[in-house]
Amino acid sequence: MKIYGVAVLAACYLSGQLLGEALGYVFAFDGNIGGVGFGMLFLILLGDFMKRKQWIDTESESGIYFWSGMYIPVVVAMSSIQNVQAALTGGWVALVVGIVGTLFCFALIPLLSKWFAVPKED
Amino acid sequence: MEKIEQLLLKNELIVAFLFVGIIMVISFLISKKLTRGKIPGAAIAITIGLVLAYFGGKKGIADFPVLSGMALLGGAMMRDFSIVSTAMGASFTEIRKAGSVGILSLLIGISAAFFMGAIIGYLMGYTDLKSMVTIGAGACTFIVGPVTGNAIGASSDVIAISIAIGVVKSVLVTILTPIVAKHIGLNNPRTAMIYGGMIGTTSGVAAGLAATDPKLVPYGALTATFYTGLACLLCPSILYYIVQLFPLNSV
Repeated sequence: MKIYGVAVLAACYLSGQLLGEALGYVFAFDGNIGGVGFGMLFLILLGDFMKRKQWIDTESESGIYFWSGMYIPVVVAMSSIQNVQAALTGGWVALVVGIVGTLFCFALIPLLSKWFAVPKED
Repeated sequence: MEKIEQLLLKNELIVAFLFVGIIMVISFLISKKLTRGKIPGAAIAITIGLVLAYFGGKKGIADFPVLSGMALLGGAMMRDFSIVSTAMGASFTEIRKAGSVGILSLLIGISAAFFMGAIIGYLMGYTDLKSMVTIGAGACTFIVGPVTGNAIGASSDVIAISIAIGVVKSVLVTILTPIVAKHIGLNNPRTAMIYGGMIGTTSGVAAGLAATDPKLVPYGALTATFYTGLACLLCPSILYYIVQLFPLNSV
């Protein structure tokens, strides 16, 4: 049943959020530290484990895939509810950071590629 | 007329489903017909979302009562839930396949984008800690920015900037990849994996590689899939902590 998959996803999400909140509390930091990242990690580990044990079938999995298909639409909804008017007073920041940041990462690729080549080819 | 409005108000979330669906259709049509797939439909859709938000107020388009469901659909709960679900495609054995090359390029790629973004943000006047970190996270992807901004309590306008940064990056990556492929040696699986880990924005990486050499797509996508998750983990925690160590706010 699809809801099994959704329930597994919900469990991973909630445990991730819980761990994030707990870390925030431990480090006396006002907020959630990496809750989403932990949730994803749990889903990768649990999903892999359950697939190997054959505890989850494609029907249940499709409940999870439905939500991952909703990811871009949800992000579109998210972008439509931001305070863009206030953001525009920031002017060129988005454009400058986007362009310079991306070019910087591109420039690092050949360096890394060379760096990794040496130990790999032994 | 009033009856229709009442009906829409009562079913706000369903209205939001329909509304976003329409935005998606239009965006993918624009992507296919006007840009011949050069600019990913997702990037166009998010841009349309940001443009629409401009016509609203503090809560963007959700300030119109009829569209208040957008705040539910695009709120932190749904967003984080659907982001977590994207991890399902990735398997642990595949992470092992990517190996140390993949993991190192992810760590370097995330840190490079983050610090570059935070530094430029600082130079352009966003000198408070939370804004710098959110802008740096936005330089990773358009997801990492808002997730980080929410987690550390940044203001909505800075979060909007961080989304816009991620969109600029996604579009730029798609257009630039085929052009610079030769110069950065992007013609083998290993470089493709490094590229995915360094750049990270999944839709941009997949579209860019498809235009360069379709055979390389799975390798780049493999590392790029982990980028957002790892960045959502690192930006509000370790990277935030590192930025905090600099006595910037006193300047």
